[in-house]
Amino acid sequence: MLDASEGYVTEDGRQIGGVVMEMKNITLRFGGVVAIKDISFDIREGEIRAIIGPNGAGKSSMLNVISGFYIPQEGEVFFHGKKRPQMRPYEVARQGIARTFQNIALFEGMSVLDNVMTGRLNHMKSGLFSQALWRGKAEQEETENREIVEKVIDFLEIQHIRKTPVSRLPYGLKKRVELARALAAEPKLLLLDEPMAGMNVEEKEDMSRFILDVNDEFGTTIALIEHDMGVVMDLSDRVVVMDYGKKIGDGTPDEVRTNQDVIDAYLGVSHD
Amino acid sequence: MAQTQSGAEGKQSLPALLHRNATRFGSSPAYREKEFGIWQTWTWSQTEKEIEALALGLINLGVNEGDFIAIIGRNRPYLYWAMVAAQSVGAVPVPLYQDANAEEMAYVLQHCGARFVIVSDQEQVDKVIEVQDQLHQFEHLIYLDPRGLRKYDHHTLHQYSHVQDQGRAARDEWITDLNARRDKLTYDSTCVMLYTSGTTGKPKGVVLSNRNVIESAKNASDFDKLTDKEDILSYLPMAWVGDFIFSVGQAYWCGFCVNCPESADTMMTDLREIGPTYFFAPPRVFETQLTNVMIRMEDAGALKKNMFHKYMEHAKKVGGDILDGNPVSTADRMKYAIGNTLVYGPLKDTLGLGRVRVGYTAGEAIGPEIFEFYRSLGINLKQLYGQTEATVFITVQPDGEVRADTVGVPAPDVEIKIDDSGEIHYRSPGTFVEYYKNPESTASTKDAEGWVATGDAGFFEENSGHLRIIDRAKDVGKMADGAMFAPKYVENKLKFYPDILEAVLFGNGKDRCVAFINIDLTAVGNWAERNNIAYASYQELAGHPKVLDTIQSHVETVNKSVAEDPMLSGCQVHRFVVLHKELDADDGEMTRTRKVRRRIVEDKFADIIGALYDGSPEISTTTEVTYEDGRKGSISATLDIRDAAVSSVAAKLAAE
Repeated sequence: MLDASEGYVTEDGRQIGGVVMEMKNITLRFGGVVAIKDISFDIREGEIRAIIGPNGAGKSSMLNVISGFYIPQEGEVFFHGKKRPQMRPYEVARQGIARTFQNIALFEGMSVLDNVMTGRLNHMKSGLFSQALWRGKAEQEETENREIVEKVIDFLEIQHIRKTPVSRLPYGLKKRVELARALAAEPKLLLLDEPMAGMNVEEKEDMSRFILDVNDEFGTTIALIEHDMGVVMDLSDRVVVMDYGKKIGDGTPDEVRTNQDVIDAYLGVSHD
Repeated sequence: MAQTQSGAEGKQSLPALLHRNATRFGSSPAYREKEFGIWQTWTWSQTEKEIEALALGLINLGVNEGDFIAIIGRNRPYLYWAMVAAQSVGAVPVPLYQDANAEEMAYVLQHCGARFVIVSDQEQVDKVIEVQDQLHQFEHLIYLDPRGLRKYDHHTLHQYSHVQDQGRAARDEWITDLNARRDKLTYDSTCVMLYTSGTTGKPKGVVLSNRNVIESAKNASDFDKLTDKEDILSYLPMAWVGDFIFSVGQAYWCGFCVNCPESADTMMTDLREIGPTYFFAPPRVFETQLTNVMIRMEDAGALKKNMFHKYMEHAKKVGGDILDGNPVSTADRMKYAIGNTLVYGPLKDTLGLGRVRVGYTAGEAIGPEIFEFYRSLGINLKQLYGQTEATVFITVQPDGEVRADTVGVPAPDVEIKIDDSGEIHYRSPGTFVEYYKNPESTASTKDAEGWVATGDAGFFEENSGHLRIIDRAKDVGKMADGAMFAPKYVENKLKFYPDILEAVLFGNGKDRCVAFINIDLTAVGNWAERNNIAYASYQELAGHPKVLDTIQSHVETVNKSVAEDPMLSGCQVHRFVVLHKELDADDGEMTRTRKVRRRIVEDKFADIIGALYDGSPEISTTTEVTYEDGRKGSISATLDIRDAAVSSVAAKLAAE
């Protein structure tokens, strides 16, 4: 059922590996509302996987299922071939899954550096006592983690705002800081919830560049939700299309683009 | 290291100076760069090894003596090393402006026929690849930052560190070659080739010899008593002769430390952290800093604000005199000392200028108020006058003889004469060798005796012996009635207002003058915010009636001051327009060093100039703009044309 060995080669020549995460027959209900209905798809190692769909299609719910925030009533989530038991979000994070949020969720009063450092939390093992005294292991640990954080800061070109409180930053930069925090966790799988919402063309271009660079440089698997069709089609290797909680398409951008169900969902179809 | 370095004692090339520094100052810092939030340091002896590794790597890649190696990127130690490594292998380094677009880059790369190009990152790699079909001599591209370049075809693309690794591995094979090539360098070998930004026409490649660079660096260092203990921050374009002299010439001559900022955006923070002792900046940097200070003071509390203004007033009164060593009363000195503790000192630290012993500004005229502001704080800011062809120095201001309106006395070993038309000519050890592949221009600029025409008009002041510059000789013209037309003179007066970023005056051969004005978005934007004026774009702010009112009052004040000079009173601005876009180098309206290209502006905005002269109250226009990535678009606007009150000269004379 799960063949981790097979993969494929993308148009630009990247080798995509086996399945990292598989969603099987996921159904998620809120009371009587069915947000996700019997959806299955997989995410492969090293690919950029997009989830698209009109408003209310259930994209964010899907992402929340992946990140462990929502627990589906039916269906199973496989991570690296193993069935994932019910987990709290922090346990999911420890498995190497990091995410950004549709509505920026940063610590507004803290500096960019401190915010990004929180991304390293799961990698810090020293106890409360030694951290409070900042002696021995805690000190060494902070130095090591800071080094990784600084590399992320360098990578995302936010050196100039390193010490700036997040509340003083413009929207586009906040989005980038959020990506930085997620990257600082050195995730195997990165979930991006509308990384380009509300950005202007230039900011979108920058963000696309960063997403591609992250994928290219660190080999991070990326799953993203995005509204901007142009961006999605350019960035992603494979696309899942959702509408009213159901999966209506799945494949490469070209396949999806010509899929009649997808066209109907986006352009509307007359019901007579 | 047992190697023969015959040139070392002679100190007649950069590699020789490098070897001397590595021997004499081996363990003191030569380069620092902030990376990953920490200042990384290389000592002189480490630097020598790094440069040697790169030089060996270059030989290994097939660099021949006499090849040109283009270097493109922001100020980083690695790229400075590349320049010296290039020289070590007998090649000629050609630094290029990193913000040049692909087209401009193609011209220069083609003109010098660079076989090798060393660049900083993917952005520059992309530009070179874009134009490589036009470059028949181009062979190898070396890049510093591998980010995003993994998937590129690496047949002719090499990572800098790998080139160094290969150099180290092949040391035994090539070290004899390298030593031989280094030993061949003389005082007359080419040190570097720099392209002038070209206010008119295509850029020209100025060839500078070791003699030019080292003699100029030596003279200027002696003049200001620079030592190996200096710290400088290198943030100005590497393709600019000033940066080459300060960050390479003088750094190698004196053996001081070159500090490179983390990124272009962090320059102010890095400046504060390094606290340079020797600092160089074009007027624009000082203007921006001052504008920022004033904006922040506007937002400060009443106590701080009062204290700032009170002590700044005192500094204005006596600060300059104290710096120049003129007599100042004890009471004033004490008050200045208190001010220094409370205001000047902290302010200087905030600006990152707390340790500056010698500071220079050049390239453009600096506003007297701005100049006085820095000097009154006790910062030894001076002016110099120079150009690429002179390896910078023509005149400099000695300590204690600093004034805002002159550019100082001839630099050591520089002879100056002024011809009948008022044009300045000079002859010095720094006088350039030639324009590369352009003997006609060389001949028309440099005469047989070595005198170089600067293209600037000026005169020596009778009593002080200081040089004063009037304008570019070819920009000076005549109005229809025969009066003198000196646009720079008026433009500078306008630009001294923080609200005005750029001004262009027209009127050559006409009966009256008109002007284009660019507002300064930072200053005007802040003013708008404080006065509850909403705006969505530069264009909207530039067209706001209240902004136009303010600019009009500035223009009228300038007119009054221009009218006081009977010779130039014809240059008063009769009508002006605030442009809907900033003049930009990407659109070819300015040079990369931000000097206005008059002819191009004149052609491009001919419709607006027409409207300024025909009396129409507004003009609708469409302008093509080029974005940073080279795409083109256009913006349309309807611009209000304002009439400015002109002071009559006759009335003034009558009143006297």
